[in-house]
Amino acid sequence: MNKPLSDFPGGLKLRGHKKRSTQTPIRKTPLSDKLILPLQQHIGAAAMPVVSIGDKVLKGQRIARADGHVSVCLHAPSSGTVVAIDEQPIPHPSGLSAPCITIETDGEDKWVERHPVDNFREMSAHEIRQIIRDAGIVGLGGAGFPSFIKMNPGVHHTVETLLLNGAECEPYISCDDMLMRERADGILDGVEIMQHALRARDVILAIEDNKPLAISAMELALAARPHLTNTRIVVIPTRYPTGGEKQIIQVVTGKEVPSDGLPIDIGIVSHNMGTAYAVGRAINHGEPLISRIVTVTGTDVTHAGNFETLFGTPISELLEFAETKRQPDEPFILGGPMMGFNLSGDNLPVTKTANCILVGVEDAAPKTDPLPCIRCGDCASVCPASLLPQQLYWHSRAKEFDQTQDYNLFDCIECGCCDYVCPSKIPLVSYFRFAKTEIMNQEREREKSDLARERFETRQARMEREKREKEERQRQRKAALAASKAKKEKEAAAKAETAETADKET
Amino acid sequence: MPLFRISPPFLAGTNRVTLQMLQVLLAMVPAVAAMVVFFGPAVLINISLALVTALLAETLMLKIRKRPVKPFISDGSAAVTAVLLAVAIPPLSPWWLTVTGVLFSIVFAKHLYGGLGYNPFNPAMVGYVLLLLSFPLEMTTWLPVLSLADNPLNFSQALQLIFSGETSGGLLPDTVSGATPLDAMKTQIGLDIKPEYIVNQDLFGMLGGLGWEWVNLWFLLGGLFLLYRGVINWHVPVAMLLTLFVFSSLTSLFAPDITGSPMLHLFSGGTMLGAFFIATDPVSGSTTVKGRLVFGAGVGALTYLIRIWGGYPDGVAFAVLLMNMLVPLIDYYTQPRVYGATSK
Repeated sequence: MNKPLSDFPGGLKLRGHKKRSTQTPIRKTPLSDKLILPLQQHIGAAAMPVVSIGDKVLKGQRIARADGHVSVCLHAPSSGTVVAIDEQPIPHPSGLSAPCITIETDGEDKWVERHPVDNFREMSAHEIRQIIRDAGIVGLGGAGFPSFIKMNPGVHHTVETLLLNGAECEPYISCDDMLMRERADGILDGVEIMQHALRARDVILAIEDNKPLAISAMELALAARPHLTNTRIVVIPTRYPTGGEKQIIQVVTGKEVPSDGLPIDIGIVSHNMGTAYAVGRAINHGEPLISRIVTVTGTDVTHAGNFETLFGTPISELLEFAETKRQPDEPFILGGPMMGFNLSGDNLPVTKTANCILVGVEDAAPKTDPLPCIRCGDCASVCPASLLPQQLYWHSRAKEFDQTQDYNLFDCIECGCCDYVCPSKIPLVSYFRFAKTEIMNQEREREKSDLARERFETRQARMEREKREKEERQRQRKAALAASKAKKEKEAAAKAETAETADKET
Repeated sequence: MPLFRISPPFLAGTNRVTLQMLQVLLAMVPAVAAMVVFFGPAVLINISLALVTALLAETLMLKIRKRPVKPFISDGSAAVTAVLLAVAIPPLSPWWLTVTGVLFSIVFAKHLYGGLGYNPFNPAMVGYVLLLLSFPLEMTTWLPVLSLADNPLNFSQALQLIFSGETSGGLLPDTVSGATPLDAMKTQIGLDIKPEYIVNQDLFGMLGGLGWEWVNLWFLLGGLFLLYRGVINWHVPVAMLLTLFVFSSLTSLFAPDITGSPMLHLFSGGTMLGAFFIATDPVSGSTTVKGRLVFGAGVGALTYLIRIWGGYPDGVAFAVLLMNMLVPLIDYYTQPRVYGATSK
């Protein structure tokens, strides 16, 4: 049953830099006076507030409901009072503000009444999904896709493999590593629920081999659950970006997710370890998702480590707690050094997708102006999607967007391997993002103009029809008029004739 | 370390264009040393002359094109072009020959096409072919190996010959130069002399031409160093050498009277220089894995065809330029299969 591992093309061996943040156990970030909760912390539609300013809320109380299908609920991370529902700066690369609910905490941290499930095996998949949605759970690996959707394979698919992604391949990040070390049992709780809800045949827990402690903790926890016969741990080689969904599927199963499809199309559902833990908490303890583990690390952090942090906690307070040499408003990275983005605001809150805060990196890209591409092809040899980044670069640069699509631009996962190896130091990923955005804008514009044209053409057709109908009516009226006139004349003539005959007769 | 980039990825590897070019130069040192040992110090004069010309031309062109001089001059690409051309032309070439070749390489083949990264043809080979077509006599009079020379030249004699066309002792280039082994092979096969007799002459060594075989071996070694350092990929040299070997083996087998041995082809003329230093030029070569194999095989095949049936004793330069022309086509038809692609 243990198939040999497969491999994905390209990729990089990067220095992990994970030691610094894994020396101490997970610590709790102190409760902040103020929690700022963006209504949109996931892919999809923002949540709708169900509280008003001045409302008292309890820890775990729902403060915003899911709006539309791709959306989840939001909860108060601690007890307190809603003091504002307005636009606040959010941790987004655009630097824009977005609607947020601000809660002033009362320090009591008093829970709302929780409803743990006694035996999830008696529940239907639908009920479990509903709880997961109501608990506000999104993918905690970084993308933040609402998890309940990935728990719904649909009637046409059967789930062969539930894949738990514990690769954590980006340098510096260690929140999943520490979670596995310390809360392996909690993760398995969630895994069992997920397997039950998905009716998954096998479960694979994939962990990179640079986390021996996490692997042994998970093995120990798994050994204590002998009924999990189809669940196994697969140790995968450490290589960036193994943790990419498509890549980890390729490594573990040897299968490829179709370019225009989803993992479920090949019978696979993958979730992050942290997500599984959150599912376990939501079902077995009735706790919605109100906190996460955030890695705070980097060369400028004195007490690097992992911090269980309530959502809405200002990042500045978290950084203060971990002690950094960071100056106010100095940029830091949210996420990993390869795919994260840099932020500089001080009041930005921790959100559901904030897996790592990085202050100061080694091997940072130097300040150089890019040289021209020398077509060395190193980018192509490290691309895990087997793209030709340098061709994509030429066409993106020349704004030949059709060509970029011929070269499969949208299969780019933006892992940054090509950038990393480029001897000319060309910011390739930035070009690809630019091209993708432009294409999406163009498509949106085209849709808009198609709609406008359709509207115009319909109007034109309507007016023409109306004109024709009007003419038709006029013609008919004229004809009727002419007919009645003729009739009248005829009658008059007939009358005259009768009169004449009468005259003659007389 | 502060963040200089404002978008991910924030990490960068250590790879740099300059570093690659410097390693290419370094990899040529052993072979150049072998040339000095076997053909005298004249090649060093050529290299210096070419380097100075190339750097001046590069600076001038960057100024004219309003490009920043420092980052581009320090990328090392002009130096590589210069050295490649200097080792490819006869050591006793008059100074104006070297200068003309280098100027044409840098000004026409490189900068008029847009400079580093934009030239469709290998600049050094464009310069080489220009010289070969314009000055066939100067380009085919090579120095004999020192041990066979009647009048081995010392450094100052070489200098005098290169710059004034004769030495103080009255030596002229013609009197001190001779044919290359490949040249001898070609002419004598044309005279219906059997190759096995030809290679018994002093001009030939164990594998290829006397002296030449060592130069080629050292180029091979330099090439292996570049492979080890990841500066070049194995595809082009392996495909080229393999094709050359297969073609010459088959011909030796079926028509032994028209060809030298496979070893002679691998270790004479510009084979190893071409395989590891010229055909591997990334800018003018193919960029896909399959494409590199096709490109290398094409260079190998054309090199052999030109050597045997063409008008020139060696064919590496023409082969590379001809294959350069095909690169867009090769690249287009050798795209790798993308992850998750359902058809194609």
